[in-house]
Amino acid sequence: MTIATRDDPSAPRKQSPRQSDAVIENPPGLVRRLGLDRPWIVILAAAYLVVVVLVALFAPLLQPYEHTAQDLFEMRNPPVFLGGDWRYVLGSDDLGRDVLSRVIYGTRVSVVIALVGTGIGAVLGSALGIIAAHFRGWVDEIVMMFVDAQSAMPFIIFALAVLAFFGGNFWVLVIVVGVDGWQYYARLARGMVFSSGRATYVEAVRSLGIPTRRIYLRHVLPNLLPALMVQFTINLPGTILLETTLSFLGLGVQPPMTSLGQMLGLGRDYLLQAPWIAVAPGLMIFMITLSVSILGDWLRDRLDPSLR
Amino acid sequence: MLGYVVLKVARAMATLWLVVTFVFVILRLSGDPTTLLLPLDLPDAMADVYRERWGIDRPLWEQYVTYMRSLLQGDFGVSFFDYRPAIDLVLERLPRTLQLGLVAYGGAAVLALTLGVIAALYRGTLIDRLVMIAAVFGYSMPNFFFGLLLVMFFSLQLRWLPPSGTGTLEHLVMPAVALGLAAAAQIARFTRSSILEVLGQSYMRTARAKGASWGRRIRWHALPNAAIPLVTVLGFNFGLMIAGTIVIETVFAWPGMGHLFYQAVGVRDYAVVQAVLLLIAASVILVNLIVDLLYAALDPRIRLRGGDA
Repeated sequence: MTIATRDDPSAPRKQSPRQSDAVIENPPGLVRRLGLDRPWIVILAAAYLVVVVLVALFAPLLQPYEHTAQDLFEMRNPPVFLGGDWRYVLGSDDLGRDVLSRVIYGTRVSVVIALVGTGIGAVLGSALGIIAAHFRGWVDEIVMMFVDAQSAMPFIIFALAVLAFFGGNFWVLVIVVGVDGWQYYARLARGMVFSSGRATYVEAVRSLGIPTRRIYLRHVLPNLLPALMVQFTINLPGTILLETTLSFLGLGVQPPMTSLGQMLGLGRDYLLQAPWIAVAPGLMIFMITLSVSILGDWLRDRLDPSLR
Repeated sequence: MLGYVVLKVARAMATLWLVVTFVFVILRLSGDPTTLLLPLDLPDAMADVYRERWGIDRPLWEQYVTYMRSLLQGDFGVSFFDYRPAIDLVLERLPRTLQLGLVAYGGAAVLALTLGVIAALYRGTLIDRLVMIAAVFGYSMPNFFFGLLLVMFFSLQLRWLPPSGTGTLEHLVMPAVALGLAAAAQIARFTRSSILEVLGQSYMRTARAKGASWGRRIRWHALPNAAIPLVTVLGFNFGLMIAGTIVIETVFAWPGMGHLFYQAVGVRDYAVVQAVLLLIAASVILVNLIVDLLYAALDPRIRLRGGDA
């Protein structure tokens, strides 16, 4: 990936004056300042995310119980470390459902929605950005008008309205979450295609008579990928928070499907008697977003100094 | 200068128009409200009467024109539930939201700007690290979870603060903290990096070379140059904070606009949802416009170059 960035002839041209200007005081990445770039913290965050992805993939095998299985004789059992027993490691909820099983299943749903949603946003945004940069003129104007409108408004209120009118189900939620954040990719891709249009490698392949579509797919896109990947990681925590917020408000996925936000929303009513119902999924969300943030900052510092 | 102002105002109007149209499209796509509101066994002929009264039988462009016209006259429709004008319901709740929002936003901005500047000036020290670690945590923490943790700790364990509701100053503390946290984290982080960026510029070296004191360099050279990105992030966080009130007011049963929005969404009270949405959109667009105009006031380069910026 680093090689691809270096290959882009437009990149060094943009960066060199700044780098020489501020050799000493150029603000280093947040992660490095905190000492969070110490390999072990980044490795820990990455390892945690690998575990999360594995949990998401193999949720049905890992769940001790079915996430919907109720047992009215085992309501609100405390977790092991609060005097409970090993049958319910993280306790049970108000319907006697195993909190651990539900966290595992909820993680799967939340992670899938966040990844697929962010993916949709990335593809949509990059495509629109490339289209805008290719056609320029009024196409560019229109795309940028939408980009401006989207960046101007807090997206969550639209998400709430759409879910309120259409009802929350898995696919509506994926699409809503996916639309969030496309404007970053569009702006990024547009800017980079603009600069690569002048780049010598594009001129070189164009003079060889290679068709435009092929130039974009085989030569321009690979050069955009590192920057888009970094943007993807930077957007991911926001996407996770958007989904969990919507589900927390009861507008996201509907039972029997569950997500971390929805669990937290239900656990809200039992804060006094059974705080673990809300705290377990809440901590899970926090740990995931924290790990992605640490990893994203690190990636940004490593791969693409121009993004800051 | 005039060209710049006209361009920005025009762009704000265009954004507002896009939002209004989007709401219209969503409302119409979501189906026929009569099926939702009228009894199921109502004869079709009767339903048609209602469709005619609500204008749903008209062609789409005609509905759009009527909709735009009534919005321009300040008519946001009538709540389906208590038959009062939606805008009245919203305005009734607005002061509460403003109270909460201003306390949270003001507190977050003052605290975060101060901490961000301090962190930048004492870069690499313990203070810097603590501020930035707090920022990363604040940034990754979902505000609703943080709100619940506050309730569990300060209301249920220590019994210091009321868990929900409104009335006294004590009721305001936890919602304001929960609402301000994410914004404070983001503003502090951003302040720090823009101050650091300014400190690395060659004009700072020049100022030092000509013998300006440390305080003078910060006050007259660093802060004014860092002002533009700071105004940007402050404006951006205003929108996020407004959106945050929906969640936070729900968590703390704070009787403001956000809570009303949440309730209206739950019962599909279209007129109220639409009124809140458009009011929030209009205020966010207004703040963005103010930010854009502030750029021109703060930065002679924009002021003098005019239009394209």
